[in-house]
Amino acid sequence: MKYLQLVVANLGRHKLRTVLTVASVALALFLFASLRSVTTTMAAAAQFGGARRLVTLNATGLVFPLPLAYANRIKALPGVTGLSWANWFGGRYGDGKNFFANFAVDAESYLALYPEIVMPADQKQAFVQDRTGAIIGDRLISQFGWKLGQNVTLQGTIFPGDWTFKVDGVYHPTDPAIGDNVLIFHHDYFDERIGRAGIAGWYIVEIDDPSRAPAIAKTIDDLFRNSSSPTKTGTEREFQASFATMWGNVSFLMSTIGLAVVFAILLVTANAMMMSARERTGEIAVLKTVGFSDKLLFTLVMVEAGAMALTGAAIGLGGATLLYPAIHFNGAGFLPGFKVATSTLIFGALVALGLMLASGLVPALRAARLPVVQALRKVE
Amino acid sequence: MIPIVYNVRSVVQRPLSTALTALGVGLVVAVFIGMLALANGFRSALARTGSETNAMVLRKGADSELSSGLGRDVASIIAADPHVATGGDGRPLVSPEVYVLIPLGKVFDTTQVANVVVRGVSDQAWQVRNHVKITAGQRPTSGRAEVCVGSRLTQRFPHTQVGQTLRFAGRDWNVVCNFSAAGSAFESEIWGENEQFMPVFRGDVFQSITFRLKDPAAFDEAQRSLQADKRMTVDVHRESAFYAQQSQLLSNILSFLAIVITAIMAVGAVFGAINTMYAAVASRAPEIGVLLTLGFKPWTVLVSFLAESAFIALIGGILGCLFALPINGIVTGTTNWSSFSEIAFSFRITPLLLGVGIAFAVLMGVIGGFFPALRAARLQVVQALR
Repeated sequence: MKYLQLVVANLGRHKLRTVLTVASVALALFLFASLRSVTTTMAAAAQFGGARRLVTLNATGLVFPLPLAYANRIKALPGVTGLSWANWFGGRYGDGKNFFANFAVDAESYLALYPEIVMPADQKQAFVQDRTGAIIGDRLISQFGWKLGQNVTLQGTIFPGDWTFKVDGVYHPTDPAIGDNVLIFHHDYFDERIGRAGIAGWYIVEIDDPSRAPAIAKTIDDLFRNSSSPTKTGTEREFQASFATMWGNVSFLMSTIGLAVVFAILLVTANAMMMSARERTGEIAVLKTVGFSDKLLFTLVMVEAGAMALTGAAIGLGGATLLYPAIHFNGAGFLPGFKVATSTLIFGALVALGLMLASGLVPALRAARLPVVQALRKVE
Repeated sequence: MIPIVYNVRSVVQRPLSTALTALGVGLVVAVFIGMLALANGFRSALARTGSETNAMVLRKGADSELSSGLGRDVASIIAADPHVATGGDGRPLVSPEVYVLIPLGKVFDTTQVANVVVRGVSDQAWQVRNHVKITAGQRPTSGRAEVCVGSRLTQRFPHTQVGQTLRFAGRDWNVVCNFSAAGSAFESEIWGENEQFMPVFRGDVFQSITFRLKDPAAFDEAQRSLQADKRMTVDVHRESAFYAQQSQLLSNILSFLAIVITAIMAVGAVFGAINTMYAAVASRAPEIGVLLTLGFKPWTVLVSFLAESAFIALIGGILGCLFALPINGIVTGTTNWSSFSEIAFSFRITPLLLGVGIAFAVLMGVIGGFFPALRAARLQVVQALR
């Protein structure tokens, strides 16, 4: 411990260099943590959503609706404890530059199926009773500065016309799979305005036992296999996961790029650390003459490298962990529940240790093996 | 001026340190070029899709083909419009189209599903879209359940080769041809006859109507007259402008990411360059003292060290270009969130992009070298020579 001061003094000798080195390590690990979190967040999307909820879609494709008449037939199946339906609306607000999701749901059953949608009881009551009302996620309402009770008008893109809704409630989702930037309104009102077409975009089926999900999904699909609109049923988690895979290779590219970035900055940093150690050849020779052992010098140089690498890592990883929740980052809605996973922190710490070895080992070995006589010849 | 050869030799004197710094800069440049090539490739795939000479009709307010719907009456009004060009056989070059998305399992993992565009076109579509070329097989025959598959799909989805049978919408479809379309988004689509697709998908409704303009310069006039027509409520877009707008969301995301990531990286790399150059200046203090004693002005020392730093960065920039070049042309796929469809495109590195990459490297070198060079220029001769 008594050598701690020596290490600190060495670090303080070129304050600028130490600061720059620590800062570039911090930046590298910040970036690493951010990019890796994109991948882990996407992977984690498959963990969101209730295990007891299934989603039934039209097998022909996402854009095709299902008849509303399916509701009663699904509800009657054994193992099904609840049912609701929804339809994508795709309305545009203002100039359409700020896109947000909006869809029509069967209000009472939908809210019963999603306890994750949390809002005051009186607002929930008001929404259920107001046919032209809507509820809005807390991020969305602050984004546009809307107020409770005001009217919001959307232009329909799929269903033409101006659609005006009264903001009856503001909800906060406790599960990241449910967006906090969504406008939800009544399916009944929607159906009436499109001329009672009797369509539902998708059904949400609540089942009693998650382990029977595959069997029940198959029962539902078999039921409609020979109808005009065959269905495809899967768990809500599978549904979430399928959205993540839509990015295709892009997320893989991002993480590859992330690693290249980290490697690049670490390379430059390691180089700077090695150069600074090389300058001190004379000093190390003096320390050896005074009686410092090879082992001790090796340790001292390694500790110095480690101090810089680990401080940088702590700042970079800590910064990323604290920053994203503080600014409620969700990647413009594409990365709900974005957070830095523990595995990323561990991985990052390992990278920092690797950096310590890569940048410290060469100078430390040199220091330990330095022949005193030769080294001192260069010192005036 | 201090001859540049002094700097080149100094750099060669410490190969390891130079190589590490240059490699660091090179990786930053490679990532920079790579990410912009991705955004570039996506944008240019969609930009090539639309043609300047075509106009596209959607229902008023629809922001994509998916959300649009037009009846047969609209199709016949447009076919009769004087702004529409006519083909060799005297028929108007109009293609009323059915546009839907279907889920298809991928070749390597059929549980990974992508939303692929299925487009029902008229006979004239193959002339309206004049960059579409049949690469294998024969065009679908009117009245039969036959489809033509875009060339980007054949590698990535099963049952898409000529002679195979593709199943969707509860029916079997014979794949009778493959087509290419100059690298555009059409290559990620499946084409068939619109009359065949209407009954199996959304019924008697088209999603868009594309026609060749008789006079491409008269687009504004055609747009005005069609939008003013009381018999229908439509928006008329120039096809090229429509697809450019479809690419905006994703290409903005990609460019934004490229800039944020490379900006953070660049700062880190500049810090590294500063350190390297400070160390270089410190270890060469006596040399600098000699230069100053010989009568070189301090500002020439400044320029000399800046040049040295820029030179190392330039090596890095060239390395970065070399690292990035192999990805040119690699095909990747993602979902275009504006249309919700899967689109395949290739990384596109242009000479301009390489030039920007090298300029970016040199800039990093100059910024990173400035303060160390300033220190070198301000060295006191007596002190430096001790």
